[in-house]
Amino acid sequence: MTMALEIRNLTHAFGGVTVLRDVSFALPAGGFAVLLGPNGAGKTTLFSLVSGLYSASCGEIHVFEHDLRRAPTLAMARMGILFQQPTLDLDLTVSENLRYHAALHGLSPSEGRLRAERVLRRLDILPHAHRVVRHLSGGERRRVEIARALLHDPQLLLFDEPTAGLDTASRKALLAHARDLCAQSGIAVLWATHLLDEVADDDHAMLLEKGVVIRNGRTGDIGSVHAEAGP
Amino acid sequence: MTTPFHCARAFMGILRREGLRMLRQRGRLVSALIRPLVWLAIFAAGFRAVLGLSPTPPYRSYILYETYIAPGLAGMMLLFHGMQSSLSMVYDREMGSMRLLLTSPLPRWFVLLARLLASVVVVLPVVYVFLFLARLWDVRPPALGYVAALPALILAGTMLGALGLLISSLIRQLENFAGVMNFVIFPLFFASTALYPLWKLDDANAWLGWIAATNPFSHAVELIRFALYCQVNWPSLAVVSGALIVFQGLATWGYNPGRGFWKRRDF
Repeated sequence: MTMALEIRNLTHAFGGVTVLRDVSFALPAGGFAVLLGPNGAGKTTLFSLVSGLYSASCGEIHVFEHDLRRAPTLAMARMGILFQQPTLDLDLTVSENLRYHAALHGLSPSEGRLRAERVLRRLDILPHAHRVVRHLSGGERRRVEIARALLHDPQLLLFDEPTAGLDTASRKALLAHARDLCAQSGIAVLWATHLLDEVADDDHAMLLEKGVVIRNGRTGDIGSVHAEAGP
Repeated sequence: MTTPFHCARAFMGILRREGLRMLRQRGRLVSALIRPLVWLAIFAAGFRAVLGLSPTPPYRSYILYETYIAPGLAGMMLLFHGMQSSLSMVYDREMGSMRLLLTSPLPRWFVLLARLLASVVVVLPVVYVFLFLARLWDVRPPALGYVAALPALILAGTMLGALGLLISSLIRQLENFAGVMNFVIFPLFFASTALYPLWKLDDANAWLGWIAATNPFSHAVELIRFALYCQVNWPSLAVVSGALIVFQGLATWGYNPGRGFWKRRDF
C-alpha cells in the first residue's frame, strides 16, 4: 500500500527541551487520520516538521516516498496545508491570493485562474472571488484557505486545528468538507485537533501527549481515547 | 524537481503580489516619494549656503549641493524601502503568510532571493519619478545616465534589501522593529557619503571618515552617483557586491529552520 505520509522515529527538541519523542506513524494514500491531543502536546510542532518549516533533530518524514530532507520540493509539491494561524494576505482579494499560491506552485497564470475558479466553485465561494480577504468572515476565510490548499491538486492535506476560532456550524461544515475530499477525491487527510467531537468512531487516530504517541489505531474504543485526551 | 519555468512563474507571482501591496498601501507609496523631495527642497536649500563643494569625481566642475545630494537621496529611498520590506517580512511572519512562502515547493534560497528582488523592482519606478522630479532643482545628469543607473540601483537596492532580510531573520517580534530605525537606518544614512563628501567627513573627524568609507551604504550611494554620470566606481561595485553576498548568505542561513536563528523560534 502506498503511504501518503510516513513518519519514522521523529524526535525534536527546542534548545534542551524535547517536545516530540520517537514519534512514528503512517497515513495511507486516500486515508483520513486524526492527530488528537491537548494543547501543548506537540501537534503544531509535528505539523511544522512535516511542512518543512522546522528541521527535525532526528527521524525521517516521507511524503509519497519522497524524503522531506533529501527531496523537499517533491514532497512539498504533493502536500496542501491549512495552518492553525490564518495565512491569507488580508490586503489581496480571494482570487489574487489563490493566483499567488498557483504561481508559487509553478502554474501558469491562465491555469491558475482556471483552477482558482474551479476550487472556489467547489467550495461554494466563487461569488467572493473579487472580495478583499480582510472583509470576509472567519468561516469564509477558512474556506478560502482550503480552496488555496487544493489549488495545486495535492494528494495529502494537512489540517492543523483548522476549526480554531470558528462557530459550531462553520466547524461542522469544515470537517464535512475535509471528509468529502477524502472520500470523493481520494486525498489523504491528516486532521489535528484537541476537540473530541471532531473524531468519528471509525477514524484512525493518533493520540499525542507530551510529545509522545500514546495511542495509534482505529477509534473503536474511543471511550478510552476520550478519557485520555482530556478536555 | 523545480524547473526554471516554475522559478520564473513563482518570481512573477511574488512580483505581482509585491506590486499590488505597494499600490494598495498608498500612504507608503506617497511617503516614499515625498521624503526625498522634502530633503531636496528644504534640507539641501539650507545647506547649499553653508557647504562649499569642490569638484570631486564623478563631477568635473563645481556643483550645486542639490546635485550632490540627489544620488544619496535615491539611495535613501532604497534604504528605507529595504528596511520597510524587512518590516513587512516580520509582519508576514507574525501574520502567518510567511509560512505559505516557506512551504512552497521551491528552494528556500530562491524564495528569499525572489522576494528580495521583487521588493527592489517595485520601488524602482518611484526612484525614477524622484530622479526626474529632481530636474526641477537643476539636478540634470546626462540622459544615458538614467539608463546606466538602473543596474546600480538594482544592485544597491538588492544589497540593502538583503540587509533588511538579515535583520528580519534576527527580529523576533514586530515591536522590536523600532530599534532598527535608531540603530541601523540612521547610522547607515548619516555616517555615509549620502549627504557630505568623504573628504568633508574626514576633515571633521577622522573616525567618522573611516566609518563612512567602510559603510556599505556609502558605496551603494557612490555606485549610483557614478552610474548617473555614466561611470563605474569599481571599488564601490566590489564592496556592494561583496556585502550583498554576505548579507544574503547570512539571511538564507537565518531563515533555515534547521540551522539558523529561527532554530528555537515559533513561526
